[in-house]
Amino acid sequence: MRHGKARFVTSFLFLPVLLYVFYVLWPYAQDIGYSLTNWGGYSDTQEFVGLDNYVRLVKDELIRKAFWHSVFFLVTVPVFTIALALLFAFLLNVGGRGSRAGVRGVWGSHVYKVVFFFPQVLSLVLVAIMWQAIYRGDEQGLLNGLLMKIGLVDPEKPLQFVADPSPFLGVPTVLWWLLLIAVWGGTGFYMVLFSAAMQSIPKDIFEAATLDGATRVKTFFRITLPLLRDSVSVAWVYLGFIALDMYALVYVMTPSQGGPDHASEVFASVINFTAFNKGQFGYACAIAVALGIFTLLLAAVQLRVTRRERIEY
Amino acid sequence: MSTTTTPPSTGTVGVQPAPSGRGRSGKQGSSVGDVAVSGFSHLFLLVWGAMVVLPLLWVVMSSFKTDAEIIKNPLSMIPDGLHWDNFSRAWSNGHFTDVFLDTVIIVGGGVFFTMLLGSMAAYVLARYEFPGNRIIYYLFLAGLTLPVYMAAVPLYKGIDNMGRIVPFLGHNQYVMLILVYVAWSLSFTVFFMHSFFRTLPSTVAEAGLVDGCSHSTLFFRVMLPMAKPGLISIGIFNVIGQWNQWYLPVLLMQPQSGEDKKAPIAQALIDLSVNQGYRSDWSGMFAGLTMAMLPVLAVYIIFQRQVQAGLTGSITK
Repeated sequence: MRHGKARFVTSFLFLPVLLYVFYVLWPYAQDIGYSLTNWGGYSDTQEFVGLDNYVRLVKDELIRKAFWHSVFFLVTVPVFTIALALLFAFLLNVGGRGSRAGVRGVWGSHVYKVVFFFPQVLSLVLVAIMWQAIYRGDEQGLLNGLLMKIGLVDPEKPLQFVADPSPFLGVPTVLWWLLLIAVWGGTGFYMVLFSAAMQSIPKDIFEAATLDGATRVKTFFRITLPLLRDSVSVAWVYLGFIALDMYALVYVMTPSQGGPDHASEVFASVINFTAFNKGQFGYACAIAVALGIFTLLLAAVQLRVTRRERIEY
Repeated sequence: MSTTTTPPSTGTVGVQPAPSGRGRSGKQGSSVGDVAVSGFSHLFLLVWGAMVVLPLLWVVMSSFKTDAEIIKNPLSMIPDGLHWDNFSRAWSNGHFTDVFLDTVIIVGGGVFFTMLLGSMAAYVLARYEFPGNRIIYYLFLAGLTLPVYMAAVPLYKGIDNMGRIVPFLGHNQYVMLILVYVAWSLSFTVFFMHSFFRTLPSTVAEAGLVDGCSHSTLFFRVMLPMAKPGLISIGIFNVIGQWNQWYLPVLLMQPQSGEDKKAPIAQALIDLSVNQGYRSDWSGMFAGLTMAMLPVLAVYIIFQRQVQAGLTGSITK
């Protein structure tokens, strides 16, 4: 049974590991090396400058903006998406008719699930272009047009959506409009996820609660939600990554890909701009390393918070 | 991250039939309340459903209008007539024949090799003891958290240098992009299939080896077929992920001087809307969006159960 094992293991691992090291790990490692140079990118001269790039990075106004915008998305995207998804999953499963607060769908719950899931299968780019048409800054846009019809928006002063850098609740308005798209796109997916988790909760638990006189709402907060903790944690971790991934929307929709007036910069847009517009490859790599550290810290926090004994049932 | 008890194969999402249990003793007491709750649920669900469907429907409907009609009456959901010429114009202006062909080649190759190499690596890492096993596994896991944008500069430069030595591994080459897709999809595929292969019974593997089949025959003839539910989940995940991938092509598929552009669908859409394309050709843009959208939605509606279970199953692993 042992003969040829070493050869077999090597032959199966060789190609995947080679590809992965060459196209994924090596670039990450190179980031660190390049970040210590003043490499201009289009020339081949690289001088070692030590930590100069990192000193510059700490003082860089643009990076600070990108950082706070990422923090904004990291908080709001998961909070709004999970809250809405939980609400809809609850309405879908427990809002149905029937005396017990057990798990049964409302009429047509299958159709709702199919429809709510639509944005998940469409590419982010397609979604962004579609919302660009919805967000047009004149009466041609779907939202402006609708809001003008019902008189909420003055036709002389249409909403500017993603071209509006003015602050709303202390955060540039453009970010709120991008947030709306992210929540619009993600809610259906997490609703399906939570709904499946709710259906795997044994019915006798609900029956016992109902016998004890618990109302629907009470059952939800005291029983369903605690038992969904695992799913919610997973959702939170994934939505955290999605929040860092808002670059697709920024790239397609905002003026000068991070504008207006840098009001929608995220880490990725700053890296791209620094590297490919300003041609400062060395500095862009330093920003990339900072993004990496930020992401790893985030992952560590998430692992720490979500680790907890699971409830077996 | 494996914090749930739901294995992917059982991530069914269908509606559970209502249990008929012990009669409906509580019916008289709460039926009015039930109607209210049910109505309330439908109201909320319908509003959100409309928010999802109406924008999509608006795009499809606008794609049948003339430009004049779009300007005059942008909100109307019913076009004056069916202007199919929008589609033929959008198809030829957007080079959709080439785009779909490019996408099928790249995603087809990418997903096939991701699945093959990913399950090979996952299988060996999950079921064979050898020095370095854990290290390789954790290296694959490391790629799960870090974003692709981080690697932009070195990847761009590396592909540039590679292209000077081996032309088909340089910028704007199918083979290069397929390999890059595979490399970037491996982390999740290995992670997912690893936990799947671990759950397969080892008695079958032992029986196979006793019967004298080689390690690779055992893998391709016995273990891989047994892992089919997992392969379907992660396969759907990879198809959707690679079909929608936009950043890597935008970074790496820039044509060198005089070359034809080879753009998969997401990149082609960006080119059309951001760069040049349908400037002031609104009906053409809507027609282009519709053509990019409807095939995906159609496939999703046909395979809805598998897609929903596959996507939700793969993240709860």
